[in-house]
Amino acid sequence: MTAYTATVTVRLKHGVLDPEAETTKRSLERLGFDLEALRSTDRYEIDLEAESAGDAADEVEEMAERLLANPTIHDYDIDVAERE
Amino acid sequence: MTVSIIRFGGSNCDRDAGRALAHLDIDAEIVWHEDGLPADTSGIVLPGGFSYGDYLRAGAMAARSPIMDEIREAAADGVPVLGVCNGAQVGCESGLTEGAFTTNESARFQCEHVYLRVERDDTPWTAAYDEGDVLEIPIAHGEGRYEVDDDRLEELESEDRVLFRYCDEDGELTEDANPNGSKHNVAGVLGERDSVAVLMPHPERVTLPDVGGTDGQGVLRGLESA
Repeated sequence: MTAYTATVTVRLKHGVLDPEAETTKRSLERLGFDLEALRSTDRYEIDLEAESAGDAADEVEEMAERLLANPTIHDYDIDVAERE
Repeated sequence: MTVSIIRFGGSNCDRDAGRALAHLDIDAEIVWHEDGLPADTSGIVLPGGFSYGDYLRAGAMAARSPIMDEIREAAADGVPVLGVCNGAQVGCESGLTEGAFTTNESARFQCEHVYLRVERDDTPWTAAYDEGDVLEIPIAHGEGRYEVDDDRLEELESEDRVLFRYCDEDGELTEDANPNGSKHNVAGVLGERDSVAVLMPHPERVTLPDVGGTDGQGVLRGLESA
């Protein structure tokens, strides 16, 4: 077994309104910053042991499907790296 | 035959629902989710509150608790299920109903009275009303904006599964009357069966005449039709 850290990034699907991001963007603009858009994401870092990076990715994909993301409104990406 | 009001850690409208049902002479008891669904359950309420502190997403944790498997089975057998507010979020997160209730367009918690238009009067939840009736019912939520992709929403509408929409006092579906930015002013939807319904507004808070009106009584009466 190898130690991995899997990073799951959950973001709203394109076109789904993100009021918190809009509010944050307006606050940045009030501070004088010039920006075209701002998107917020949720990122989960999961330490786990698996036979291979592929197995770790499969396991974490199931976590994302079953809990971390809501498929109605979210897309997600998974990155897996060996842990020191 | 008893209605089970499911209490999760962080539910806080379970007792309100119990009192409202008692006022309507509907037998009900509060059931701690870890105790499982009683065998004689004749109806199910997923009450409002902040189950599991709304961590991850509102309703996400409660929706994955083991009792929800029992509730899905009961729902498939025709036992009426009503999700209110956090219970509506749990209903959508658990797949009992489609779509998602997510962050209000205002990005704020909103606690106010709203008007709802009854979209169907041939369901257990709306048999006491006529289509087009306008109900005054309070909301209290930060994540109540109904979201679903446009194609699916069209299908839900063509299947007549929108139960309530936010409207003005005259029943008009205006942008101003939509408190949270819900798509097409949707406030409540039906599941695959008409006996499953979720809505963000709180009918149990307008059931006892002494505390603010009785417009919600008819919704709760859907639990006695089993």
